[in-house]
Amino acid sequence: MAADFSFNRLPCHERAEVEITVEGQKIFALEGETVAAAVMHAGLRPTRTTPVSGSGRAPYCMMGVCFDCLMNIDGKPNTQACMTEVREGMVITVQTGAREVSGGDV
Amino acid sequence: MTESVRLNRGSSDVAVIGGGLVGLCIALGIQRQGQQVTVYDEGDIALRASRGNFGLVWVQGKGDNLPAYTRITRLSAKLWGGLAEDLTQHTGIDIQLQQRGGLFVCLSESELNSRQQMLEKMAAEHPQGYPFDVLDLQQLRELIPEIGPEVAGATWGPEDGHVNPLYLLRALVARFESLGGKLVNAGQVSNIIPKKSQFVLQSEQGEFSCNKVVLTAGLGNKSLGPMVGIDAPVFPNRGQVLIAERVKPFLNYPTGHVRQTVEGTVQCGDSKEDVGFDTGTTTDVLAQIAHRATTMFPLLKDVNLIRSWGALRIMTPDGNPVYQQSEQYPGAYLVTCHSGVTLAAAHAGPIADWIATGIADPAIDLEKFHGSRFQL
Repeated sequence: MAADFSFNRLPCHERAEVEITVEGQKIFALEGETVAAAVMHAGLRPTRTTPVSGSGRAPYCMMGVCFDCLMNIDGKPNTQACMTEVREGMVITVQTGAREVSGGDV
Repeated sequence: MTESVRLNRGSSDVAVIGGGLVGLCIALGIQRQGQQVTVYDEGDIALRASRGNFGLVWVQGKGDNLPAYTRITRLSAKLWGGLAEDLTQHTGIDIQLQQRGGLFVCLSESELNSRQQMLEKMAAEHPQGYPFDVLDLQQLRELIPEIGPEVAGATWGPEDGHVNPLYLLRALVARFESLGGKLVNAGQVSNIIPKKSQFVLQSEQGEFSCNKVVLTAGLGNKSLGPMVGIDAPVFPNRGQVLIAERVKPFLNYPTGHVRQTVEGTVQCGDSKEDVGFDTGTTTDVLAQIAHRATTMFPLLKDVNLIRSWGALRIMTPDGNPVYQQSEQYPGAYLVTCHSGVTLAAAHAGPIADWIATGIADPAIDLEKFHGSRFQL
């Protein structure tokens, strides 16, 4: 059976759209959503690669515990996407391996 | 970590009480001499310094009050490469040993001066040579470009290094068991009864007999020692450790207060507190550790912290190890130290050989580590 990796929003009360940039592409999220929910809905995989083996990861626990959803959000590396609400104009990129500690990354 | 093996009775040539780094190194070394060794471990509730320690293989400054401790430390550092190779080759576990030298970073001139004086005094006690260097901030910056501007300098020890202590513990268990060693989750050994030419150990899991018994129970040695006629005045000294997220490599050498692991994790520590058996953490001490770390490496200021813990060092009144056979009950031995990582190779080598064969390598100055030095 072919796996379906897509996520769909459940019907919900009216919410304003928020434009964010994910890996250079503009997408619309809904106000009040987390970055993790928005990037999963946008189909982004992986959302980070691990520092040791470089293997791909995606948001998992969605409640701030597992740290598998780390992304670079508005220039801030290793940010928990599931604990961050989307904001208009936000720029989000995949966290690739270990974060930098110097030189314009912070 | 230990298997829960329920054994009501059992016997072996040698019983080692305590399955931490010290006990497993001793057990592995005795096993190499062809003797059947059983390690009786308290279990996961043990106050395990082997899991809480900082992972340094550290030479500089060790033994400033006992030249024999300096010598055995340096001997162990020299033997460490062989131990690591053996463990990795036979278990497939990379314990991440690096011995490229280490730094003790000083924040003030007075701290640097007193450190220099201590090392110079030690060098004078070792006429065959005691390698170290004193670096000013500029020289230090050549080794670590990220060093902070408020740092005074550092002392450099070419024989220093570090290792992953958790992988080390795992590799020691795997190697010991693969050679036929038995690791028993015995619960706390509550009593040792010396009998004619053997010892009986009593724990909640049953009774076990052995021809020789080695006490490597860390802080537990305090109560176990007197059962075989050895006084072991060990006491706990707490260190707190702060762990930061994995970051790109910036620190190629371990320092006494901060090190970066192979995976990129930043580990900060070196607090010393007399708080009994409390393994907790406190905000004020963690703040001091963080402050020192960010003064040493300002780039750590915006790195996320992910974990902290407290662990208990096993200290003796002079800070030096005890290696001793009981005069009252020959065949009973006590081994204790606060540097189970650094001394691992000495324990698996000459110390284990001495226990197994009764012959001590003169290089280890065994008599200097007798506990009678505390009875004034």
